[in-house]
Amino acid sequence: MLLQVIFSGILVGFVYSLVAVGLTLIWGVMDVINFAHGDFLTISMYTVFWLYTLLKLDPLVSLPVATGLVFLLSFLTYKLIIKRVINAPGLTALLATFGLSLFIRNLAQYLWTPNYRFIPTSLVADKKLELAGVIIGMPQLVAAVGSIIMTVAVFYFLKYTKTGRAIQATSLDRDTAKLMGVNTEKIYALTFGISGACVGVAGALLATFFPIYPESGALYSLLAFVIVALGGFGNIAGALYGGVLIGLSEALGGYFLGTQFKYAVVFLIYLLVLQFKPKGLFGW
Amino acid sequence: MDVKKLKFDALVYIFAVIFILPFLSSNANFHHVMIIFLIYAGLGEAWNIITGFGGQTSFGHAAFFGIGAYSSTILFYKFGVSPWLGMLVGIIISTVISAIVSYPCFRLKGHYFAIATLAVAEIIKQIFISWDYVEGATGISIPIVEESLAAMQFHSSKMPYFLIAFGLFIITVLTARYIENSRMGYYLKAIRESHEAAEALGINTTRYKLYAMMVSAALSATFGTLYAQYILYIDPFMVFTMEVSMKIVLLSVLGGLGNIYGPLIGAAILIPLSEYTRVYLGGTGKGVDLIIFGALIILVACFEPNGILGLLKKGVGKRRGLYARTDA
Repeated sequence: MLLQVIFSGILVGFVYSLVAVGLTLIWGVMDVINFAHGDFLTISMYTVFWLYTLLKLDPLVSLPVATGLVFLLSFLTYKLIIKRVINAPGLTALLATFGLSLFIRNLAQYLWTPNYRFIPTSLVADKKLELAGVIIGMPQLVAAVGSIIMTVAVFYFLKYTKTGRAIQATSLDRDTAKLMGVNTEKIYALTFGISGACVGVAGALLATFFPIYPESGALYSLLAFVIVALGGFGNIAGALYGGVLIGLSEALGGYFLGTQFKYAVVFLIYLLVLQFKPKGLFGW
Repeated sequence: MDVKKLKFDALVYIFAVIFILPFLSSNANFHHVMIIFLIYAGLGEAWNIITGFGGQTSFGHAAFFGIGAYSSTILFYKFGVSPWLGMLVGIIISTVISAIVSYPCFRLKGHYFAIATLAVAEIIKQIFISWDYVEGATGISIPIVEESLAAMQFHSSKMPYFLIAFGLFIITVLTARYIENSRMGYYLKAIRESHEAAEALGINTTRYKLYAMMVSAALSATFGTLYAQYILYIDPFMVFTMEVSMKIVLLSVLGGLGNIYGPLIGAAILIPLSEYTRVYLGGTGKGVDLIIFGALIILVACFEPNGILGLLKKGVGKRRGLYARTDA
């Protein structure tokens, strides 16, 4: 039973990681706290849901569509909103993204009601894997594997491609990057887009086993804030390990103390870790 | 010195206008908006002490608001103690808790601190949700008694609530103003501008951040008590939620940070906007009010990124060449 709990904690942890990777990118590169991050996740889930309901497309088939759509929406968000507030003092960017979050969440409620929606049949639904007494649901396994693939892809993109290095350079020092001929404007828009793609993938994968409603993404964004800070702002590897750690502590906290305390445990872990590493697990 | 006098005069005029407004109309809905406005403006002023002056972003002020609300409510509900005494107990508890949880958190800087305050508030919310003695997630309906000042309950008119809110608000603004112009205020601003430089100059940064947080928490708690007595029902989702914390942050940012006029202006815009859109458009339960509210916040942030106060200062500066340098 304990092994079972540990496994499911780790699996959901990888999804948390992917959501946090998207958040940490924007936070690290442009120092913007995106409160609408979770709502982009919700958009991805609804996209998958409607493609399933109207066109009978399997969530895994419509995943690229949802990802592309959220990429585009994030890109536009930067061009239309974030661009105007990025140089503003203090918490103005936060004001804008919070407004955006309210807007998306309530628009979803207006258009599609607050009802919980499910995708009952899909390629992965109702399949299970049994390994040494541990039962792993196929949707969770696929979600975890998909999240790992996307996280690794983003990691390698940043590390080994020219554009990725330009993003890193902009993150370290925007003005110097500009002097070196980096089009920082384009880099910012692209970073926002990639961040959106991360939650696009996560949303499509989650839609196979998680209820879809206007506030689906809220929990994920709250946890992502904690994971990002736990891993260190702008640190992709930190977000990956942080996500798994949070998934694990949530599962174990729920197992030992009861489900009502599982998030209290998560926040407590954050406070404890930061006492020893005030700039996150991988902070410098 | 002259500027200081001028600023004080402005404050007197603002207080006078706020005080007179509800007497001009007998509309109960308008009185309700005024009360909620004063509560949130007061919370913004309290929050501004630690975040605006001290530069330590708190995303968890709902915790102190909630503790204030629960302290008086529990004492009244279980033991029949007057909410005024409850308010005092709320102040003490919330000050002590703010000191205990903030002290270790002050080692963290910037966003790490902000997320820590969020984490603390969420933990406190979780505790209240599963704590049977305080009725957990069900919440508490405050027993209705005959209206009296001692019981802080008034049923025939909303005006007494307004007057109490007004009193608490004035205390909060004057406290904030006193701190702003005191040695502590200058220390806090030094910490905000550069933590390292402030420390190098010999300021005990942890001590002054702690003082600011404790004062801020104490003032926030008083509004919690008033809110509970006004609504006559509380549950953890009403008072401890992130929405309350964020509303406090948003209205202060909207008005302009680091200045006692900021939260006042922000609340004067945001609260009527949110209350009236809710009254006129919220009835359908479809969230139209919040769609419009969200869109308006985006527009303000995009077109007036320095806050409303930034806009006003720009205007005044152009005309008179005053306040050219913003201190926000």
